[in-house]
Amino acid sequence: MEPVRREIAPEVNLSYVQSEKFKTGTLSVQLITPLDEETASFGALLPSVLRRGTMAHPDMRSLSTALDLLYGSSVGCTVRKKGENQCIGFAASFIDEAFVPGGEKLLEPMCDLLGELLLDPVTRNGRFLSDYVESEKQNLIDAIRGIINDKRDYADLRLLQEMCRGERYGVDKFGSIARVEKITNQTLFRYYQELLSTAHLELFYCGSAELARVEGALSRAFAPLQRGAVVSPAAAEKKRAPETPREITERMDVTQGKLSMGWRASTADAPAMMLANLIFGGYSNSKLFLNVREKLSLCYYASSSYHRSKGIVTVSSGIECKDYETAKREILAQLESVQRGEFEPWEIEGARACLIASLESRGDSAGRMEENALGQAATGIRETAAELIAALRDVTQERIAEAAQSMTLDTVYFLTGEAADHE
Amino acid sequence: MNKRELLYPRIGETVIEATLDNGLKLFVVPKPHHRKKYAFFTARYGGMDMQFIRNGERCDTPAGIAHYLEHKMFDTKEGNALQQLSQNGAEPNAFTANALTGYYFDCTEHFEENLRILLSFVSVPYFTDESVEKERGIIGQEIRMVEDSPDWQVYERLLACLYRSSPARVPIAGTVESIAEITAQTLYDCHKAFYCPSNMALCVVGSVDADEVIALAEEVLPRERGEVIERCYGEKEDDAAAEKRTVTQMEVALPQFLVGFKCAADDKDLMRQSLIGEMACDVLLGDSSPLFQRLYDEGLINASFGGGFDQLPGVAVLCAGGESEQPEKVSDAILSEAQRLVREGIDPAFFEQIRRASFGATLRALNSFENIAVSLADGYFRGFDALRFPEAYESIEKADVERFLRENLTESRRALSIIEPKKED
Repeated sequence: MEPVRREIAPEVNLSYVQSEKFKTGTLSVQLITPLDEETASFGALLPSVLRRGTMAHPDMRSLSTALDLLYGSSVGCTVRKKGENQCIGFAASFIDEAFVPGGEKLLEPMCDLLGELLLDPVTRNGRFLSDYVESEKQNLIDAIRGIINDKRDYADLRLLQEMCRGERYGVDKFGSIARVEKITNQTLFRYYQELLSTAHLELFYCGSAELARVEGALSRAFAPLQRGAVVSPAAAEKKRAPETPREITERMDVTQGKLSMGWRASTADAPAMMLANLIFGGYSNSKLFLNVREKLSLCYYASSSYHRSKGIVTVSSGIECKDYETAKREILAQLESVQRGEFEPWEIEGARACLIASLESRGDSAGRMEENALGQAATGIRETAAELIAALRDVTQERIAEAAQSMTLDTVYFLTGEAADHE
Repeated sequence: MNKRELLYPRIGETVIEATLDNGLKLFVVPKPHHRKKYAFFTARYGGMDMQFIRNGERCDTPAGIAHYLEHKMFDTKEGNALQQLSQNGAEPNAFTANALTGYYFDCTEHFEENLRILLSFVSVPYFTDESVEKERGIIGQEIRMVEDSPDWQVYERLLACLYRSSPARVPIAGTVESIAEITAQTLYDCHKAFYCPSNMALCVVGSVDADEVIALAEEVLPRERGEVIERCYGEKEDDAAAEKRTVTQMEVALPQFLVGFKCAADDKDLMRQSLIGEMACDVLLGDSSPLFQRLYDEGLINASFGGGFDQLPGVAVLCAGGESEQPEKVSDAILSEAQRLVREGIDPAFFEQIRRASFGATLRALNSFENIAVSLADGYFRGFDALRFPEAYESIEKADVERFLRENLTESRRALSIIEPKKED
């Protein structure tokens, strides 16, 4: 099931999926801009300030009441990184009209509400309400500080920051505390106006309503939008690994150590690299899972991810702090065996079956279709699930080994609870 | 075997329900337009089932044993079921909750073969002293990871505060110390006691033929029903929280807190009680409540704040928490807002609004196959039909929610769990 995509206004695209199989309708409104250290914090802050109130619903309680009355509909703020772009906006979910006991329409009021949230925030003297800006700044600062609460996420984020220092990819989607602190009501409002006029806008709908009705409702809701010269999403920059891999160790009071590693994968053969990643550490039949976790009991988790648009591979693992050297050596040994083409036909077929099943079931989840449509708009990688499935079926053992050979270790990050032996 | 078709026109579902001769309960929920197929095979045996009566004898088992067993069940004579399923493109996994252990997979191809693997690895244990010993390291790492997670810690510590003897006080995965005593023999004994068809349920969601699922279950699973095991959940708890407050320090950025009220637990009409508890929570502190708006405006809570109502075997708790610099103030504000609602009554229009919103949120959650399957099985184990929620919502009156607040949201039933940021030395 692939969305129909059409431009409903200048640089405003709608991806539309008609389906009666869900209990809900899904709507999403996303602004896409190149990720940048200077502006990332503005982008991360904006949706939560807008979500505080509109002219018609000036506070959170009146917004929540409106959503309650629309049968418990939800509207969440989203801040996502897709390739080297920041995507911000709102995602909404509401019950399908077939199940509304009173028979009311929900699509039009939900579109109107999203339009209101984006285009008609509550303002005073041409600014946001300062209370809203200040308290959301604090919340964002807390959220950035809170990343440390989940040590796995924290270690993975630190790896990318170190590995892609100076690249857009190394910028966290929330920006930094220092940048948030500097934001004022005035600079935020200016950023907001500029964003509306220059950012690429992606709309998504999945549900049972006809295309004409959805298009009509969204066009009306977003009619006040004034567009200027739109900035295209950024294409990811591919870099090479340094001659000697960087090694970074940080200490914190943790019982379990976190070892994260990153490689540059220069191959252009994405389907082969996807399979190489799966065989290496991408699922529960991978070499990392079977050998490093199951056979050697070296860690509770060890998995790899291929960041396709950026051309990097990362490994995330949780280990006993004392096992750092052993675990690192073992992870590298598993990669080398993939690079030498040392994998059995069952390993290729298992990896292929796993990727294909995931692509085949994408149409069963509105959320996954939305993620994918947004990712395609941001990275420019356009392909249907069927096209990628066909490409995966053609990949050979040699191509997988070759793709893995394009990986060069760039950075090793270790979060440990052990004190250093020598200071 | 008896089989029937149940219709749920208000939520657009049909369920084929069957009870096999060996006592297994089976549900098939057809989804003709989805590619994905999902199977969930579960035993009514969870982290809280540590003490029970078997053959007239009282058995005491170590904390974390149900979870340990879950890990070891994937071992088969041929190797490992997790790998067998992955090999077919299926995504398998398992979890242990307080009152059940569930094994599941989703897939698009080879459904029948995958279901056969699932049914057989869960019903045939295959492990040795050596393989059990090896797993201890992996589970030990998992326990350590949970010990580093503030979200889990704040919840575990709250339960330990509220209860005196209920096994709700004990973490599902146990501790590194408690799992040290587990042997292959104890695992075999627990499997024999709890993984028998009459203590289990199978739920399948997707485009499958119900008769084929039934035939396969009859072919693969044991014919014997197995014994009925009586469980002990500690002495009956009184109405008061055992301790009022617990504080610890961890590597967190902001203080995390969870305030809990030890609620009266009655084992009749559990679904209705659960919905009343959820609605009470929404009325009191949900996103559209006056309290939420006030606390948010004052900066006492942020978007991480939320609450819910949990039913565990023999106990129930309403809790709410998130991040705050002033957890005590939030906790007191919740209690006094509850007292105000009891005194003044809930605004009738607000009550209807919450009923509507709560119904919609429950319906929206049914997009998830896992949620459908787990709700059906959990409801069956606890004596209700989870998909009859629209009728249950209609039966709830404003006075029911007010009564719930009056009985349960009191000072003596309250406890507060706080995790403070580590202080610099």
